Amino acid sequence: MKDKKSGLTLQFIPFSQLSHLNSTERIKKLLKVIMANKIIVIQGRLKAEEETRLIEDTMVMVGSVKGFKGIELAVISPNPEDRTLGDKVKYFVANALVGQTDALTIIGPASAIKEMKKDPTKLEVMMSRKVFGYRQTFYTL
Amino acid sequence: MVIRIIKNFFKRMISEIFSKKKNISLGFYGPPNAGKTSLANRICKDWTGEEIGTVSKIPHETRKVQFKEKVEIKYKENSLTFKLVDTPGIATKIDYEDFLKFKLRKKQAQARAKEATQGIIEAIKWLDDVDAVVVVLDSTENPYSQVNITIIGNLVARKIPVLVVANKIDMKKSDIKKIEAAFPEYDVIGISAKYGTNMEEFYESIFKLSKKVR
Repeated sequence: MKDKKSGLTLQFIPFSQLSHLNSTERIKKLLKVIMANKIIVIQGRLKAEEETRLIEDTMVMVGSVKGFKGIELAVISPNPEDRTLGDKVKYFVANALVGQTDALTIIGPASAIKEMKKDPTKLEVMMSRKVFGYRQTFYTL
Repeated sequence: MVIRIIKNFFKRMISEIFSKKKNISLGFYGPPNAGKTSLANRICKDWTGEEIGTVSKIPHETRKVQFKEKVEIKYKENSLTFKLVDTPGIATKIDYEDFLKFKLRKKQAQARAKEATQGIIEAIKWLDDVDAVVVVLDSTENPYSQVNITIIGNLVARKIPVLVVANKIDMKKSDIKKIEAAFPEYDVIGISAKYGTNMEEFYESIFKLSKKVR
């Protein structure tokens, strides 16, 4: 008999898995995971243009893939004001060379994530009731 | 003869540069229901006597980019002509069931959802065709939404000047300081597009913004 238990998968994508890809390949890779109803945690963040590209591609899919409602997306990164001058220089150089790797990006299908609430100190991810059998679960990152 | 041609050429060049600076394509961007069309309407009514579009409590009322050409705004002794570009609200998800709460029929809600997705795509495409942008945020809502950060990030990447407007300051829950804290690098102007509160300061900021247009 087929197991009817359904869970939620968090897929961690280290920066090294995305750094060698161009924007189109990155978006394609992320959308593939999202369409498998998984939540992605990326080390680092996408470029602003890639984020809009992801929104655009997502909107095309909302109209063409049945039951797909879009995504929830949030980025959490350290407060720049907490950095010392030395850290700021190091951050600037590292950012220019390899991109912003000290951030975390969370992306998931809107059918699994009900809402993401962000403030400067925390990110709350509220899961859809459907995913957890009508229980509301809160995660704080 | 040659001198005249050269003279005319330079005259045309200078006039083109001058006219470009005086006719600015001003985009209104932001999340749904922040008051982009209300603000565009307020500006149009103030300077042309006509409105640009309809407003509604139901999100995604604006589902197509709307324009108003040649809106001449005067501030002190200066005047500038703008093309106002009112865009649909940008969101990362669209669920037709959300529209059912506003007593729309299922078919109406589904049609609205489909048009809203197309509107978001159109709004993003228009980022390439605006000279300056007013990002309209609802000052009663949490400003740290990724959509706001993504919009502003894109404008910065494209080197498009940005003015952040905290709308709905007439509401009790309004909190401009939260918006200022979220976007410390930008000027934040608190207004009520509905009641026309603080529009003088807004127009002054628009003139300052237009100076940054390249």
